[in-house]
Amino acid sequence: MNDTTTAGSNAHARAEAGRRLTFRILRYNPQERGSAPRMQTYELEEAEGMTLFIALNELREKQDPTLQFDFVCRAGICGSCAMMVNGRPTLACRTLTRDVGPEISLAPLPAFELIGDLSVNTGKWMRGTSERLEAWLHAKQGEVDLTRLEERMDPELAEKLNGLDRCVECGCCVAACGTARMRADFVGAVGLAKIARFRLDPRDARTDDDYYELIGDDNGVFGCMSLLACHDVCPKDLPLQTQIAFLRRKLVGKGWD
Amino acid sequence: MKIVYTDVLVIGGGLAGLRLAIAAKRRGHEAIILSLVPPKRSHSKAAQGGMQASLGNVIKGQGDNEDVHFEDTVRGSDWGADQDVVRMFVNTAPKAVRELAAWGVPWSRVRKGDRQVVINNQKVTITERDEAHGLVAQRDFGGTKKWRTCYVSDCTGHAMLQAVGDQAIAASIPVHERTEALALIHDGGRCYGAVVRDLITGELSAYVAKATAIATGGAGRLYRVTTNAVICEGIGHAITLETGAAALGNMEAVQFHPTGIFPAGILVTEGCRGDGGLLKDADGHRFMPDYEPEKKELASRDVVSRRMEEHIAKGKGVKSRWGDHLLLDITLLGEQHIRHNLREVWEICHYFLGVDPVKDPIPVRPAQHYTMGGVRTRPTGESTTLKGLFAAGEAACWDMHGFNRLGGNSVAETVVAGMIVGEFVADFCDDARNDASIPTALVREFVAAEQGKLDAMARGGGTESGDALKAAMQQIMTDKVGIFREGAKLEQAVSELQALIKRSRNIRVGSAGPGPNPELVTAYRTQKMLKLALTIAYGAFVRTESRGAHFRQDHPRRNDAEWLKRTLATWKSQGDDLPTLAYEPIDVTRMELPPGWRGYGAKDYIDHPDTPARAEAVAKLRESLSGSDRFAVQEALMPFRHLLPERYRGRNERIDEPFGTRPKAA
Repeated sequence: MNDTTTAGSNAHARAEAGRRLTFRILRYNPQERGSAPRMQTYELEEAEGMTLFIALNELREKQDPTLQFDFVCRAGICGSCAMMVNGRPTLACRTLTRDVGPEISLAPLPAFELIGDLSVNTGKWMRGTSERLEAWLHAKQGEVDLTRLEERMDPELAEKLNGLDRCVECGCCVAACGTARMRADFVGAVGLAKIARFRLDPRDARTDDDYYELIGDDNGVFGCMSLLACHDVCPKDLPLQTQIAFLRRKLVGKGWD
Repeated sequence: MKIVYTDVLVIGGGLAGLRLAIAAKRRGHEAIILSLVPPKRSHSKAAQGGMQASLGNVIKGQGDNEDVHFEDTVRGSDWGADQDVVRMFVNTAPKAVRELAAWGVPWSRVRKGDRQVVINNQKVTITERDEAHGLVAQRDFGGTKKWRTCYVSDCTGHAMLQAVGDQAIAASIPVHERTEALALIHDGGRCYGAVVRDLITGELSAYVAKATAIATGGAGRLYRVTTNAVICEGIGHAITLETGAAALGNMEAVQFHPTGIFPAGILVTEGCRGDGGLLKDADGHRFMPDYEPEKKELASRDVVSRRMEEHIAKGKGVKSRWGDHLLLDITLLGEQHIRHNLREVWEICHYFLGVDPVKDPIPVRPAQHYTMGGVRTRPTGESTTLKGLFAAGEAACWDMHGFNRLGGNSVAETVVAGMIVGEFVADFCDDARNDASIPTALVREFVAAEQGKLDAMARGGGTESGDALKAAMQQIMTDKVGIFREGAKLEQAVSELQALIKRSRNIRVGSAGPGPNPELVTAYRTQKMLKLALTIAYGAFVRTESRGAHFRQDHPRRNDAEWLKRTLATWKSQGDDLPTLAYEPIDVTRMELPPGWRGYGAKDYIDHPDTPARAEAVAKLRESLSGSDRFAVQEALMPFRHLLPERYRGRNERIDEPFGTRPKAA
């Protein structure tokens, strides 16, 4: 009788602790001479509420200290941990294993320089794109008198701007992009969304002629083939589809001027 | 040996480091920023609720000004703050908001007319003024008399970091991403830069600079349960400590945020409570008014966190398999408000808890959140003892937070400190007497020393695991150096951490491949973190009083008579197994706001002998100047404007304090 009870509660505990997860992870260290890309398999006991952040750290601590990956905020806000999870780019930190297991394949984002294993250099790509697109506010006024009341802005416009400003530069949209695979210099949805954001901002001095100079070609808004996987995978649900369509409509006219 | 030369070396690419570099660059000095991660991924991004600046645009902020912000901040600090620095800060914060507005931050704006808000569990209609329409809006936060927290929905830090990061790109400031400073290069009381490890190749190089600035943020990862990002390991603090020359101030002052989601510890903003959210227990009872009838959920963070833990200790927590927790109920704010103004909170609850905060309460428990202590500096941001070393933001102790920081004051401090310290760094570099002259032989020595340490670990022979030591440290800190502290437990923590330090000299790194080598990274960081953890624990053990976030159950009263002073910790020699503590008195006779009751929390404290006389002198001065404007009164009590860089000395215009045609100068 006692034995049965023990066995029963153990079974219950196992069910709560969850399943056995199998991870297939792309391993490659470009710094290491002779290293070749390969898939490596790991197994792990699932815990309740387990995220890929928890799982990967456990794998590194307990099974393989050489495993490379990037996490920073582990709260879905910094964009560091984008990777291919079962073939789809997403933020790993907020992905629950219960939603993607028990067989989980992990690979680095394509289209970015690989640092090692699941770690890619999105930072370098984003900085380069920002420089090319001059993706900063080009203020209409010169230096502002900081002691004076701030310029007014319509509250709704401020909220709209915030909506477009929420991009975390995670790179999912680039990894999912057909054009980016064919054109290394394509600015991606992230680049186009930045232009859309500054274009909407009345504080920015630039005109559509200026924006045409920046994105009025096949590496910009006319390179987009409207496959729009970017829209589907954006972890921040940015309105990429409408923004790209809108930009293209506005800038097509400029091309004929 | 690769040596990179620059005027200003900024270690840390969050808001403070970026803004500081921009200031230096604008003054004509070359700056290089070192960052563990791409700068827009820094922990500054996690500031959700907003930044305090006394603009007084919203109706509930009417009458706000620098004086009110000053008093709130000093009370919040439990009189541990340097009041000069608080004055410098509150005068610059409105300018920072306005600068950020000009740089593109989409601040939430005031809409004129009626709107419904929740105040103290009641729906109330308030009417915003016509003349405020379109100006930057403010929300309520803990420990403040007025609604003062300027915000961008609940992703304020993100929006600020976008704008400031963009400006750094516009200014062509190089950010050396994925690099880590392992040691500061210094000689004869002068800092010359840092030994830096490339986290892609694993190679070491030296960066030599006239001025070096630490802007590496906090050290939350010393604790097992923290809201901090995984990069907040206090390495900037630690390499400063390891110089043996520069001091860290008040490291025992560690803040716990009331609402980390349970059990992951991810932050949900104080804006939840500021906007009207309530804390409830297992019975669904709103318990904060029982403890804090005046400020309720919106007392300062140290007080609310202690009350929550006290309530859990009474058995009122919600039981779960991971332990007890309480509930944050924002359902009364309504879906529209939550999906717009608390969107990040909604996402976090959705993805990490499977909870819809529109319908259900959020499980929360206090979690380590903020490091008040840091590199001890003058009001200019320069180390008091190591020339050429500056610090700004959470990594610094200049010291505006004392023993407890107010919500909304940290993200404000990052940019304000960047603006102010950046000017002083530029002044420093302008002065030919501060040119760096350092032999490459010395640089080589420093690089070789660091390389030697790494090689020794990688060669093996050790037996200890870096991960295991780190986990043990985090457990000790959370169990014994947490919200409620006590002599015997702290003593245990000190000796256990000392034992871990000894063991950390014998870490084995099994993997020796080229590249970043994550195992090696854990190993060398753990060695540094342990010294910092011990500095916190030892400082907490010696400080036999309670002040702000430092609460001693065996010494529950604030004791100004003996402890109105700042802890200064140094690590004199590599082989030491304890930091050396010294104390710097805080001068009551100069205070604009002499010590008293905070307006929340415990009412009994032991006065400093100088307090009654200073309080009387202040009261008399105020009386004799009644009828004068507030600036004249303030100037008579504690002049501070001369301490600011000239460009930030001006007054701040408000709807209720228009400049008109009057001169704006002080």
